[in-house]
Amino acid sequence: MIQTQNITYTIGDKIILDDISVTFNPGNLNLIIGPNGAGKSTLVKVICNQIKAKEGWVQYGSENLADMTVSQLAKIRAVLSQNIELAFPLQVSEVVMMGRYPHFSVKPTEKDKTACEEAMRFFDVWEMANRDYMTLSGGEKQRVHFARVVAQIWYPPENNMGRYLVLDEPLTFLDVHYQFHFMHKLLELLNQKDIVVVGVVHDLNLAAKFADHIVLLDHGKLLAAGSKEEVLTKENIKTAYRLEPIIHSEKESMYLFFE
Amino acid sequence: MEKASSRYKGIFPVLSVVLLIIVLLSIRYGAVSITLEDMVSAFQKHLSGEQGLNLTERIFMEIRLPRAILCIFVGASLAVGGALLQALFRNPIVEPGLVGTSCGAAFGAALYFALGATFNFNVGEYTLPLAACLGAICSTALVFFLSQSKQTGKSSVVTLLLVGIAINALFLSGVGFLSYIARDPQARSIIFWNLGTLSGANWPAVIIVGISTITCLVISLRYAKHLNALMIGEEEAQFIGVNLKSLKWKILLINVIMVAVATAFVGVISFVGLIVPHLLRILKGSDNRFLILNSAVLGGVLLCLADLLSRMLLRPAELPIGIVTSVVGVPIFIILLRKKNYFF
Repeated sequence: MIQTQNITYTIGDKIILDDISVTFNPGNLNLIIGPNGAGKSTLVKVICNQIKAKEGWVQYGSENLADMTVSQLAKIRAVLSQNIELAFPLQVSEVVMMGRYPHFSVKPTEKDKTACEEAMRFFDVWEMANRDYMTLSGGEKQRVHFARVVAQIWYPPENNMGRYLVLDEPLTFLDVHYQFHFMHKLLELLNQKDIVVVGVVHDLNLAAKFADHIVLLDHGKLLAAGSKEEVLTKENIKTAYRLEPIIHSEKESMYLFFE
Repeated sequence: MEKASSRYKGIFPVLSVVLLIIVLLSIRYGAVSITLEDMVSAFQKHLSGEQGLNLTERIFMEIRLPRAILCIFVGASLAVGGALLQALFRNPIVEPGLVGTSCGAAFGAALYFALGATFNFNVGEYTLPLAACLGAICSTALVFFLSQSKQTGKSSVVTLLLVGIAINALFLSGVGFLSYIARDPQARSIIFWNLGTLSGANWPAVIIVGISTITCLVISLRYAKHLNALMIGEEEAQFIGVNLKSLKWKILLINVIMVAVATAFVGVISFVGLIVPHLLRILKGSDNRFLILNSAVLGGVLLCLADLLSRMLLRPAELPIGIVTSVVGVPIFIILLRKKNYFF
C-alpha cells in the first residue's frame, strides 16, 4: 500500500497541498480526481519523489519514501505520464526494454526479455516489436509505454516490498476506445497481480465506471475519499467543479451529466 | 526481441576493418609514397633496436604513423563527445564544443599566437596545447557556473545549452579581436588553428590524447544505458532508476576532458562530433551502447580519410583538415538523411 501522512506542499506563500493523508490499497483501482489546480499532479509528484513535501511523509508498504534511493524505488514502482516523446528513433522493443533497466546492469537477462515479451503481448504490441516508435499513432505509442511500465514491475520484488504503478493522466490525449481499453487492461492486471495502482484522471465518468477508491482534491485540500458512491455526490462535485451534476444510476453503474 | 539486439551486431567489425584500410592508405600516400615493405622494415628495425632508418622509414615512424594514430584518437574523442552530449541534451543538433569547450580552446590558442611572441611567455613545445587546454577548461567551467540557477542550485539542460551558445559567441568575438590586433602571420596562424591541423602530430601528442580518449571512452560506456533512458525524458529516466544530477555532471566532465585534450593538440575541428552519431543512428539505431563504441571507430575513419584528402588534394601543400571534414562529411550526411526516413 501507499500511504501519505499530513502532506503539505507550498510554493512561496501559496499552499498547493494542505495536510493530505490518504491510503491506496493493493488490488484496488485508486483514482485521484479534482478540478484544474486542485493539486492532483503535485500529489503524484510527491508520491513519486519528484518533489519533497514541506511537511508530512509518504510510505511504500513499511518503507519510508525518504529512505529509498532512486534505483531502489525504480525496482518496485513504475510511473506513466501523458504524451512521451522520444528524443531519437528507437524500435518498440527497445523502448519496452527500458522498463527493465532498473533490473539489469549491462545486458538484459532471459528474465528481462520474458517480462518484456509478456507485457508486450498483454498490451497487444508484440506484433510491432521491431517497428520504429516514431511511426506509431498516439494510441499505439501509449500502448508501448503501458507495456514498458508494466514490464518494469512484471515480477514481484525479492524483498516482498510490493509493486506500485502510478499513472499521471496517461489517458488524457486518447480517444474513448483507448480510454476504455486501458481501463479494462488495468482491471485485468489487478486481478492477476498484487499491485497498488494510483491514477489521476480528468474524466469523472471514467472514474465513476472503473474506480474502486476515489480521492477528490479541491484547492489543495482533501474534499472526500472513499467508494464512488461516497465521493461522487452532488454536493462534493458541486463544491469542487462549481457545476451541478445530474447523477443517473442504472444497474450498479453511475453516470454524470452536466447542464 | 532477438532481432532488436542483433541488428546492431556486425557493424563494429566492419567499421574496424574499414578503419584499418583507411589508416594504411593514409600512411601509404602523401608527398612521399610509403610502401608496405617500408612499413614492415621500419617496424623490424625499430623492434630489433637497429639504428639507421632510411628517409622513407623515418617519415613512416616519425610523421605518418603518429599522425594517423592521432587522427584516430581525435576523431574518436570528438565523435564520442558528440554522441554523449546529444544523448544528454536529448537534442540532435548538439555538437561536443557547444558547452564552451572549443571556443575556449580557440581563445587560448589565439592568445598564444597574438601575444605569445610579444610577452615572451613561451615555455617550450607544449605552450600552445597548454594554452588551448586551459582556455577550454576555463570557458567550460564558466558555462557550468553561469548555468546554475540561483534559487535551486540546479542547472537545467536548456539553460546550459543557452549559456553555452552565449559564451561561444563571446569567446569567438575574443578570437576575432585577437586576430584583428595581431600581425599578419599570427592572424593567419589563428585562422589555420581554427580550421584544425594535424601537421604537429608526434608521439608524445599521441600518447597524451590516446590516454584521455581511451579512458573517457571506457568510462562513458558505463553510462550508455542511463543515456538511453534519457531518450524518453528526464523525469521518465528518473522513474527507471537514473540519478539525473550525478549523470549530468559525469557526462559533461568526460566530454570536456576528451574534447579539450584533443582540440589542444590539433585545433578546432568541427562537424565530426555532430555527424558521426547521426550517421550511425541512420544506419542502425539510437541505442547508446552501440552508438558510443562505434562513434569512436567511425570518428577515427572519418578524420583519417579527411586527413588523407587534406594532404592529397593540393599536393605538396596541405589543406586545413577542418575544410575537408565538412566537404567529405556533409554530402554523405545529406544523402543518408534524405534516403532514410530519419525524423524526430
